[in-house]
Amino acid sequence: MKPAPFAYAKARSVAHAIELLANDDARLLAGGQSLIATLNMRLSHPSLLVDINGVGGLDEISSNDGHIQIGALVRHAQAERSAELGRRAPLIALAMPHIGHPAIRNRGTIGGSVAFADPAAELPACVLALGGELTIAGPQGSRVVKADDFFKGLFETALTTHDVLTSIRIPAAGAQTRVGFAEFARRHGDYAMVGLAASARADGKRLRDLRLAYFGVGSTPVRAHHAEPALADGDIDAAVRALAQDLNPPDDVQASGAVKIHLAGVLLRRVARQLDRALS
Amino acid sequence: MNAHVHDVVMTVNGEETRATVDARKTLVDFLRDDAALTGSHIGCEHGVCGACSVRVDGAVVRGCLMLAVQCDGARVETIEGVADTDEITDLQEAFIARNALQCGYCTPGMLLTAQELLAAGGVPSREQIRVHLSGNYCRCTGYQAIVDAVEAVAKARHSAQGTR
Repeated sequence: MKPAPFAYAKARSVAHAIELLANDDARLLAGGQSLIATLNMRLSHPSLLVDINGVGGLDEISSNDGHIQIGALVRHAQAERSAELGRRAPLIALAMPHIGHPAIRNRGTIGGSVAFADPAAELPACVLALGGELTIAGPQGSRVVKADDFFKGLFETALTTHDVLTSIRIPAAGAQTRVGFAEFARRHGDYAMVGLAASARADGKRLRDLRLAYFGVGSTPVRAHHAEPALADGDIDAAVRALAQDLNPPDDVQASGAVKIHLAGVLLRRVARQLDRALS
Repeated sequence: MNAHVHDVVMTVNGEETRATVDARKTLVDFLRDDAALTGSHIGCEHGVCGACSVRVDGAVVRGCLMLAVQCDGARVETIEGVADTDEITDLQEAFIARNALQCGYCTPGMLLTAQELLAAGGVPSREQIRVHLSGNYCRCTGYQAIVDAVEAVAKARHSAQGTR
């Protein structure tokens, strides 16, 4: 199908984008790899698209103060090629090849994935597992929201229709950082049936600050709060059992909730092995 | 300007192209309907099948997931332009030699996507070739012959480099 008619404006700056977003039914256009598909299918019919692709300064990866800052307009392919992200944000690097296909990654943006917040998408779960922070510019100025508070519901985040997500900030990996990532998808590049992103800090034989973020199991990425302490203590069987308390995945077209819980346990065992390994 | 219609200037296969486009017109519709370049095909229109693949500023993208108005100032290349430059002649010949196409609907997208992988250099494994082409659907061949063709060209280009 073809999109319903809409007006289009190219934002010159973040401030200009916010000004344009004050229009009724305006939508922000970043990489467009989800939005334009929904326009084509007429699942979405905004009156105005505000294109931020030309806004300068949003496509940079920088590090300071023990953190990595990823501009919202950094494209997946750019992140995939970034030596700095490979070294200092290894979880993002592990997840990147699972996101869509090369042509999608050439165009799709990191900020777009996080802002769209598809519950089966990789990056929202990674940002949650890393305890990241999202910087949001809005009509009242700029604010920072923690990943734990950002994902509100199905395709719902702390962003309002008048806001622009400008960057994502995550702690930089150090020598003790441990990460793991695994997902089940029917075909490479599809959204996951179930997936898991994890980060921790090694402390002798224990894992500290372990964060397990599942995706494809609910309306948002989901922390496994009961499995985390069990796995941190090294009891993988107890951690797998605890997932029944942590996750309540609804049946969907791909699998029943019971199958998803089973797969979540399989993924946890795989990711637990990854967490035991030091980063090279 | 918040308009439904925009004037754009872009380079299409090396030629400066001026047009007035509806904001809602996708790049692939523009190329086919306005620029008469029908080598880029329309399959699913929601970014799944890869038949509409084109290059924008050197990167392969879905022609159905970009708007023509977004290409103002961009360098757009379609299968017609890329084939004319001789860049993929060996790949086209390998596709023919190995029956890597039947109806041909996916072929322009397959060629552009495979060329992006080959241009990165080295000889990718069959698994890497499959993963790279995973966003391009072919309903005729079963993919084996396509992977064969891409692998053969990767090896041939690699050995040609070595002897130079």
